[in-house]
Amino acid sequence: MQTKSEEAKSRATTMSDGLEIGGQKLTNRLFLGTGKFPCKQVIPQVIAAAENQVITVALRRIDLAGGDENVLNYIPKANLLLPNTSGARNADEAVRIALIAREAGCGNWVKIEVISDNKYLLPDNYETIKATEILAKEGFVVLPYISPDLMVAKALVNAGAAAVMPLGAPIGTNRGLKTKELVRILIDEIALPVIVDAGIGKPSEAAEAMEMGAAAVLVNTAIATASDPVGMAAAFNFAVKAGRLAYLSGAARTSEYAQASSPLTGFLSEV
Amino acid sequence: MGIKIRLNGQKQEVPIGTTIAQLVAGKGLNPEGVVVVVNQNIIHKEQRDQLQLQENHQVEFLSFVGGG
Repeated sequence: MQTKSEEAKSRATTMSDGLEIGGQKLTNRLFLGTGKFPCKQVIPQVIAAAENQVITVALRRIDLAGGDENVLNYIPKANLLLPNTSGARNADEAVRIALIAREAGCGNWVKIEVISDNKYLLPDNYETIKATEILAKEGFVVLPYISPDLMVAKALVNAGAAAVMPLGAPIGTNRGLKTKELVRILIDEIALPVIVDAGIGKPSEAAEAMEMGAAAVLVNTAIATASDPVGMAAAFNFAVKAGRLAYLSGAARTSEYAQASSPLTGFLSEV
Repeated sequence: MGIKIRLNGQKQEVPIGTTIAQLVAGKGLNPEGVVVVVNQNIIHKEQRDQLQLQENHQVEFLSFVGGG
């Protein structure tokens, strides 16, 4: 019996491969976060280099003393906004943030991020399921951020999520796919797009996620805090495309013993 | 004599009859970039000139910022 990822692979071809979420056909499998950039002015160049379509933003109180400029001023209108519910400690707060973001003109996509653990910033999977159910009924396209857990992911499918977003490693750690085996299980067993979000520190790690069959990756810290965020954005763009193409092309099996690439018969000596 | 409200969690006193639009302008904010919530209800731009602040209104001035 085929796993879900094998079914997806046999359906997709390199020519027709596309990612559709919430009825929207996406042009790029790299999603970009906008936090931690040294200055907002670099964001348009980063977007141009990443060629990402989906971009996350957060909602916060304005600093009445100083005043941060609205990040939306730096994001082209063509991008698809994915407001997150960061700051929410429970489902009620996540729902409130999502409703405000939608009313403020941010569209109906939402990344549910419910965190009450300040040390590891690990998401509260159970409050995330609750918020997903409420917001899906309200007509949102819900992308929930979770610790990879098959039962939680199944509950999110039933709750009406449009994708699942398991973390690779804690937010901001750049430690790569520490949860690789659990993410692989989600890719194999969950019919929704699996988008690895958080912890990806290098383009090779993004490629690794895509080679496994992830539908997309969301990267923020690794790009924003690189010495050259624009260059790094371009590197991630290539890596995500390379990883996806590798996945569709069917990687060869590994073996324990060497398998010669050139014929073994020589001509320089008689046996 | 003014009325007491809370703005972004801080106590403020504002003249009676102050509208949301006036409060936004009074803080030197660009109205385009501000999301206004009063008592957990979002106040759209077209409503801000009409809505006068009342005693104990919980007002939030929010904006979209960078986030992952």
